[in-house]
Amino acid sequence: MIEVQQLTKMYQDTVAVSNVSFSVKEGQTMVLLGTSGSGKTTTLRMLNRLTEPTSGSIFIDGKNILSQPPEVLRRSIGYVLQGYGLFPHYTVAQNIAIVPKLLKWPKEKIRKRVDELLYKLQLPPHEYRHVYPATLSGGQKQRVGLARALATDPPILLMDEPFGALDMLTKLAVRKEFKELDALKKKTIILVTHDVHEAFELGDKIGLMDKGKMQQLASPPELLFRPANNFVQAFFKHHLFELEWQSISLKNIWNDLPEVGTEMYATLSSSQTLWEAMEEVANNNTAVYAFDEETKSGRNITFEHLKSAIQKQKQQP
Amino acid sequence: MEEQQSLWQFMEQQSDKLWQQTITHVGLTFTALLIAVLIGLPLGIAIARKQKFAAPVLGFAGVLQTIPSIALLGFLIPLLGIGALPAITALFLYALLPIIRNTYTGIKEVDAAVVDAAKGIGMTSGQILLKVQMPLAMPVILAGIRTATVISVGVATLAAYIAAGGLGEFIFGGIALNNTNMILAGAIPAALLAILFDFLLSLVQRMQLRKMHRVVVILPIIFIVLSSFYVFSATDKSLLAGFTPEFMGREDGYLGLKSKYHLNIRNVVISDAIMYKAEFEKKLDVISGYSTDGRLKAYGLVTLKDDKAIFPPYYAAPLVRKEILERYPELVSVLNLLAGKINDSIMTELNYRVDYLKQLPEKTALDFLLEKGLYKKPRNGQEGIVRLGSKIFGEQYILINIYKMLIEGYTNLRAETKTGLGGTKICFDALVNDQIDLYPEYTGTGLLVILQPAKQKVAELIGNRDSVYQYVKKEFADKYNLTWLLPIGFNNAYALMMRKGQAHQLNIKTISDLKRYTDRE
Repeated sequence: MIEVQQLTKMYQDTVAVSNVSFSVKEGQTMVLLGTSGSGKTTTLRMLNRLTEPTSGSIFIDGKNILSQPPEVLRRSIGYVLQGYGLFPHYTVAQNIAIVPKLLKWPKEKIRKRVDELLYKLQLPPHEYRHVYPATLSGGQKQRVGLARALATDPPILLMDEPFGALDMLTKLAVRKEFKELDALKKKTIILVTHDVHEAFELGDKIGLMDKGKMQQLASPPELLFRPANNFVQAFFKHHLFELEWQSISLKNIWNDLPEVGTEMYATLSSSQTLWEAMEEVANNNTAVYAFDEETKSGRNITFEHLKSAIQKQKQQP
Repeated sequence: MEEQQSLWQFMEQQSDKLWQQTITHVGLTFTALLIAVLIGLPLGIAIARKQKFAAPVLGFAGVLQTIPSIALLGFLIPLLGIGALPAITALFLYALLPIIRNTYTGIKEVDAAVVDAAKGIGMTSGQILLKVQMPLAMPVILAGIRTATVISVGVATLAAYIAAGGLGEFIFGGIALNNTNMILAGAIPAALLAILFDFLLSLVQRMQLRKMHRVVVILPIIFIVLSSFYVFSATDKSLLAGFTPEFMGREDGYLGLKSKYHLNIRNVVISDAIMYKAEFEKKLDVISGYSTDGRLKAYGLVTLKDDKAIFPPYYAAPLVRKEILERYPELVSVLNLLAGKINDSIMTELNYRVDYLKQLPEKTALDFLLEKGLYKKPRNGQEGIVRLGSKIFGEQYILINIYKMLIEGYTNLRAETKTGLGGTKICFDALVNDQIDLYPEYTGTGLLVILQPAKQKVAELIGNRDSVYQYVKKEFADKYNLTWLLPIGFNNAYALMMRKGQAHQLNIKTISDLKRYTDRE
């Protein structure tokens, strides 16, 4: 649980972050979204004291972060940054082992943990352990950077544009992998990005920032359907159609869909988005069905149903 | 082929000296480098962390770098004397800039994302420095040490100027004596040392990154071993002589002192630019100077009488193209107005005014002519032009200014001066090739540098000033169609010099006295 209260950072006369408050529950992913200069990175860096706030306070599990030396605090929080920041003079294994070493883990424990992480991130240890970062691809570097942040299994991860240095295709693949990674499911994550799709794909909550101020802090559908101000509305304007269809899952509109028996052949699950359902409908000449594991019920999906579901979302107060 | 062989022979013949000079050279270089690394590295780190000190520190080290090496050595003599200490200090100061600057740049250029990551995952600033910044900056830092090493090997040749030894002894001795083999015997090993060390350090530099921690251990060990080559010579209370590289190699110099006087004195090789000052500062007791040098007076020195006549006479006289004398016969009597007018002590006094009191040569010349009642106002005649040349030192500047005033006051000719011709060879060639009409020359130089007769002939002539003059006069007329006019009077020869007080106290008046004293020591 992270609690941020009235955080402000001034550089001489310019305000970088102004009176920002939010809280992130355990296991949640919160995305700080904004253009460059919006104050999102500064906000993130105050969480592990890479930047000290001018005023305001931060509590992690009820404890003020100022109560311990910054190095000790940082060792307990995973940190992933845009260029990955891998040490070019350390091997992959040495890079991952940095924090365990700082915490004086026994050698054997470090070795086991490194191999375990390499397996999990699909970098076979015998192949990648002794390799230097310079020989890795962008996606592989990203995974090593992530492994380093996860080395001591910290409950909190701070990620500053973690996919920012990847090309479009790799980015999509890595993001998908990232979402499905078990090691991340229980983490409290604060992720900074300027990429709207990334924010919607990964965030449980999105804080849209501009000029140092939090413009709106809400769940993805809320941002789209109930924007707090003109800035928020304008920010998503270009992606609106796509985002709307992506931000709602079938489960959200389950009860508005026509029920069918359980013997049909379902090609969709209730957790998929309307966007995915629309793709499925467009690519099929026959009727399309969805199935919900929880209620063991099936639904018939058509364009008309999807369209009216969206309309209904927009009309909700 | 023959040239190469004789170089090899020279090096074989002088191998003892060559080894000793090489070892001294290496020792001086690495002692200085070791100190420069010990100071430069922490300083570079400090300014990389405290940015506001970077500009002043780099600026100061940069200014040090721009001081000409000879001048820097000159500054250091009053503070540190002569020998290894000022030499190492000067080398150290020159090595400082590349080391500080590369350490600073190397650390500054470490990828900011890497440093940020190191900080973000919880490394302390000390850990970041030692485990991230230093290893990553090491190739750049090593490049700085490499540069410093090559500079130091080069500058260390100048150590010979202040009696610290090294390969510069051969190089400067060779230049002074126009002995190519001697120059090469010093220059080639010095160049090889520079190439060798540069190569070895390039190997260390290439090891980089992966084995950086080994470099950190190996390098200091190499430096300490190499610098330990050099052991400071023990202090000795006996008289110490400082001789110029040229004097060391000349028959009418140190070699003659040994063979004719059997003088055995502790000596060091030193530049004449620094020698007088070092003598004055009591860093030296005996030096090989020039008998009319102004600093003789300025520093209260006396010359020792050359009682066995090993130094040939260097009487000055105008050396003139015969054609110009035939065209303007009135010149002969005018130029000879000065004959016998300037003795050693007058010339020393005039040199003193120019070299030490920094009077303009024109003023010194005018004052002299006024004192002697020889001055006449210029006639501003337009009958012709006489071109006067001079070598590049004060005495010659004074003489040609005197001649210019005499020519313009006593004839209707106009005198044009071409001062600062590099040396004997340049003046002489200018005269032979009709670029100038006259310049003041010394009989000894005419004999030993230009005519270069057989050794036997030199031995036969050398004791007698008049026979040398007559010989060069005849030979120059025959060979080059040049005329030696009457000698001006003074003899600017080599001389051994001591401080007045010490010479008096030890009762040393002649070189033989000096020999007897050093034998007793």
